[in-house]
Amino acid sequence: MTTEENTVVVQPVDKAKIKHIVKVAIILGIITSFEFAIAFTLSAGGVKTSIFVIMTLVKAFYIIWEFMHLGDEVKGLKWTVIAPVLFVIWLLVALLMEGSAIYAVKF
Amino acid sequence: MSATSTTLAASDWTGGKSPFNVSYGKLMMWLFLLSDAFTFSGFLIAYGLVRFSADSWPVPEEVFNAMPFMHGVNAPLIFVGIMTFILILSSVTMVMAVDAGHRMDKKGVAKWMGWTIIGGAVFLGCQAWEWTHFIIGTGGGGASLTWNEYGPASFAAFFFFITGFHGTHVLSGVVINYLVYYNTIRGVYEKRGHYDMVEKVGLYWHFIDLVWVFVFTFFYLV
Repeated sequence: MTTEENTVVVQPVDKAKIKHIVKVAIILGIITSFEFAIAFTLSAGGVKTSIFVIMTLVKAFYIIWEFMHLGDEVKGLKWTVIAPVLFVIWLLVALLMEGSAIYAVKF
Repeated sequence: MSATSTTLAASDWTGGKSPFNVSYGKLMMWLFLLSDAFTFSGFLIAYGLVRFSADSWPVPEEVFNAMPFMHGVNAPLIFVGIMTFILILSSVTMVMAVDAGHRMDKKGVAKWMGWTIIGGAVFLGCQAWEWTHFIIGTGGGGASLTWNEYGPASFAAFFFFITGFHGTHVLSGVVINYLVYYNTIRGVYEKRGHYDMVEKVGLYWHFIDLVWVFVFTFFYLV
């Protein structure tokens, strides 16, 4: 092990980077805690669901952009990953409308 | 990759240049994760359709309100909240491992990969407990793929499929993380000169955390 360490240069820890990681982690923790608070204080409905969806998207953004470092990739790769998600949005809208229609027919 | 030849730099079409500026493996991991995201989207959106078309639906807070070692205590969503924090933390340790890899810090990579593996294993243990409690139930007959005491049969079926598919990802993630951990300790990546493999499994591991964020919101909170 010691012989290998002589040939490999270990770079020092970049404190600013670690600080940034911890900051993102704390943001994710705070959002999750806030979601908990909402879960027990607001009654079910459109407002509550919207808050949950927005917070989930914020968390997803932080994980993809900061933890997975997609924000540091080139433009082409960013769009390769992000653009196809449009299909998911389409499926979501289509199937939720379908679900409501089935409900209307059944009940 | 830096094609610095002045005669070739005039065109991007002469080869020798990675247009996305990432390794082949990393690009393929991104594309795999995209397709995996479609699979999970299919699951969660199908859940949405069935829920929207159902007459009644169980309230998650009333179904998932148990804690290990605290029998009979009403603790709605507390346990799953702890699981969520464990997964977020293991994602943080994975970022640390990737960062250590960039610095060629073998000991750092091994340390943080170790913590990531432990986090994943603890999460799996929690899920095993959660499943057991859900299947056995609280005196009403529990749950199976075809029937459950909480409400429509599809509620439990979706629970098993969605958290099960996610749990399978966690399990495979822990196994792959372990292999990378083992290779790190053996000095495979140090000899190779880069820790790209840690970045690739890192992407996979973060994706698992990402999926859980959505499962947590749409299965437990909404």
